[in-house]
Amino acid sequence: MTARMNVLLLGLAALIVAAPLVLSPDAPFGGTDDAASQVVAASNPGYEKWTGPLWQPPGKEVESSLFALQAAFGAGLLGYVLGRRRRRSDE
Amino acid sequence: MHIMEGFLPAQHALAWSAISAPFVVAGARRLKRVIEERPEARLQLAAAAGFTFVLSALKLPSVTGSCSHPTGTGLGAVMFGPPVMAVLGTLVLLFQGLLVAHGGITTLGANVFSMAIAGPWVAWATWRLAIRLGLPVTAGIFLAAFLGDLATYVVTSLQLALAFPDAATGLTGSFAKFAGIFAITQLPLAVAEGLVTVVVVNALVGRGMIRIEGARP
Repeated sequence: MTARMNVLLLGLAALIVAAPLVLSPDAPFGGTDDAASQVVAASNPGYEKWTGPLWQPPGKEVESSLFALQAAFGAGLLGYVLGRRRRRSDE
Repeated sequence: MHIMEGFLPAQHALAWSAISAPFVVAGARRLKRVIEERPEARLQLAAAAGFTFVLSALKLPSVTGSCSHPTGTGLGAVMFGPPVMAVLGTLVLLFQGLLVAHGGITTLGANVFSMAIAGPWVAWATWRLAIRLGLPVTAGIFLAAFLGDLATYVVTSLQLALAFPDAATGLTGSFAKFAGIFAITQLPLAVAEGLVTVVVVNALVGRGMIRIEGARP
């Protein structure tokens, strides 16, 4: 498997993710989790939500920071492992 | 695939927790043994954990006009087998349930079952089957990650359908409704996850991090 192949695969993945933004520019792009919760609430008016989150980030900004933190932690771990091995194989 | 806090009736929440718990306990034991027997595997574990942390943090746009996130559990399932992913996936879901209010504590059992148990088992079974059929490694990895990702969302749809069968169309009608939200949105994202997983496996194999046995390159 060549480096060119990897670039091609990553490019294709990026294209798949970016395409909807171009194809349906007016879509709301809300989360599916929320969409499902709304369906539950709408089609089961008798159902009473019996508990809520212990803690909720105060606002979208804090929430997106925490998601970024999660991604950064994961990418950091993965990058550390790949980078460490590259150094070793360079020696 | 997160079922939000409070959105499963108490009996369902309890039942899914009871079903998931033994998988997580068995996974923790397996994880401990892997580290004891092969201390060098800690780096590979870090790679698998890192991959699922980063992928499940990304809420990506899809053709349905909604956003959803990949799971990143296929990689670790192929590398270590599904039990270990029950633990790593639970860590991700705990982070999201406690800090970002995605998922929750009462729904943790159900979410662990879909993302950290069903997805990894489907990925692992797909991988084994692909190898047995003599498919190229790349195809096997792609299919494992793709189907593992998709299976997670199908299971979430099933969990919601079981809890909230449609008044007129029953379980199947309700399942179709939730699968319409989750699984269709997930299709292109699962393809993307499959492609990215292939790239990461290439990188790990290229650095001698993992060896893929019994498969043709």
